[in-house]
Amino acid sequence: MTARDLIPIAVLAVLAALLPLVVTSSPVMNFLVFTLIVALGAQGWNILGGFGGQFSFGHAAFFGTGAYVTAILQLRYGVNAWAGLLLATAAGAAVAWAIGFLSFRSGLRGSYFALVTLAFAEVFRILANAASFTGGAAGLLIKLDVHPANLQFADRAVFYWLVLAFVTGVLLLTRWIQRSRFGAQLVAVRENEDAAKALGVDSLKVKLRAIALSGAVTAMSGCLYAQYFLYIDAHIAYGSWISVELLLAPIIGGVGTVFGPVVGALTLHGLGELAKQFAGRIPGIDLIVFGSVLVLAVAFARGGILGLLERLRDRGRGMVARGAKEVSHAGR
Amino acid sequence: MLAVESVSKRFGGLMAVDNASLALEPGGIVGLIGPNGAGKTTLFSMISGFVAPSDGRILFEGTDITGEEPHRRAERGIGRTFQIVQPFAGLTVCENIAVGAYLRHAKRADAIGKAREVARRVGLAAELDRPAGGLTVAGRKRLELARALATEPKLLLLDEVLAGLNPSEIRDIIPVIRGIRDEGVTILMIEHVMQAVMNLCERVYVLAQGRMIAEGKPAAVCADPRVIEAYLGHGAAARLAAEGAAHG
Repeated sequence: MTARDLIPIAVLAVLAALLPLVVTSSPVMNFLVFTLIVALGAQGWNILGGFGGQFSFGHAAFFGTGAYVTAILQLRYGVNAWAGLLLATAAGAAVAWAIGFLSFRSGLRGSYFALVTLAFAEVFRILANAASFTGGAAGLLIKLDVHPANLQFADRAVFYWLVLAFVTGVLLLTRWIQRSRFGAQLVAVRENEDAAKALGVDSLKVKLRAIALSGAVTAMSGCLYAQYFLYIDAHIAYGSWISVELLLAPIIGGVGTVFGPVVGALTLHGLGELAKQFAGRIPGIDLIVFGSVLVLAVAFARGGILGLLERLRDRGRGMVARGAKEVSHAGR
Repeated sequence: MLAVESVSKRFGGLMAVDNASLALEPGGIVGLIGPNGAGKTTLFSMISGFVAPSDGRILFEGTDITGEEPHRRAERGIGRTFQIVQPFAGLTVCENIAVGAYLRHAKRADAIGKAREVARRVGLAAELDRPAGGLTVAGRKRLELARALATEPKLLLLDEVLAGLNPSEIRDIIPVIRGIRDEGVTILMIEHVMQAVMNLCERVYVLAQGRMIAEGKPAAVCADPRVIEAYLGHGAAARLAAEGAAHG
């Protein structure tokens, strides 16, 4: 990775880190933390869906696993929350690898893969809702004990910085993927699996690595969600709402790009919040905004917001180039 | 180097390849010709690992590779191109070739360097930063060749790399193929363009209805009555001979 690869990430991270110094209102901080948690999970989805072209419709399976593992470890076994975060991430990777192994080995692709992941997430939701081990329908309440050692902070800004650090870490990870052999092979599998195999790419291994990484990152976001709100139930952790959130953000922002998931999450939730502010009386107005933005993105911005910006920039450059040509003609 | 031993492939009731054998010595260009539907591409797919033979076995450098995955065979040094070109459309030409180069070069800088070198060899140096989806047919054929070459194969399987090209494009690419052979890569090529087969191949195998019906020097094979009949139908060889005699 070169400096040019890293500077945009560093600039974004520093600017975002300064935000709590300006913004102090707690609803806004709440909004920012939640949006960043979604962005983190969406970054996980993007590794598999964006770079690998394997569209999962059930990333809730990993989000929920992250949330439940840390909650259960703390409540039932008295494990420290930071250790819980680590173990939850590992559990997410393991669950993802297992689901990937079952579906990729049997050659599932495209909509079949999407349906299988959705099915897994639903099964997990139903199981978590039924078993007493997971708190059943009542859910799990993580004990309020504000202390940095318990991954609970009195100041919302600290939690914000923590999530931001994870998001930045995954931005770096994604940039590394983009510049590595693994990334090149992953994209090759997305574009044409047979051609990739003929060039010596072990497509099963590459896809399994991608889904394990993807599951780990998304589980991390689920764990942070549980740790921030201190309550989860089956519908929150394994519900299809989160699967949809995690795939919408990259699609709106720019699928298979480094910044796409973050841009998408901020745009979607930013617009949703604004809509709630201006039309607070109408329940579900933010969902209507989500839907409209998705329709607009699919119709007019195939590469998401980042793709659209790139096209505009190229067009701008084209105009500049044409202008320069005309000037040089006029000069002759 | 490569030995295909009595290989067959059945698709339901259809015998696509029927007890076909073939042997390649290192170096040189060998052609695989035959009428449409003879099973040439199926045979290629079995050699490169995309289709499992129903019967028979395939040896590469003395090792039985019949059950190996395509990517393992690429690691061993078997490269292939596809008859229907399969570019990674969303990537640039350079990135396309780099995927092949990554097989033997783990570092990005090395892989990109290798990709550029291969691009120069096949005449794609000017297109390196263009999206692969925007290439002409001739360009895509060159890209297929470049990607396979970037894996640094010992044996290169070319599936109709000349099909769809105009005569001047064919003239341009023939020296490239010859250059690859001169660097010590063994080439097995499926080709319909007979001018190129005559020009390039030292030896030719003829496949018809899944069976290997002839093998030898191109000129001799083309005069073989069995080959003429396979292409032109039963009795054609005798008719041609009679006509030749009458005119003579």
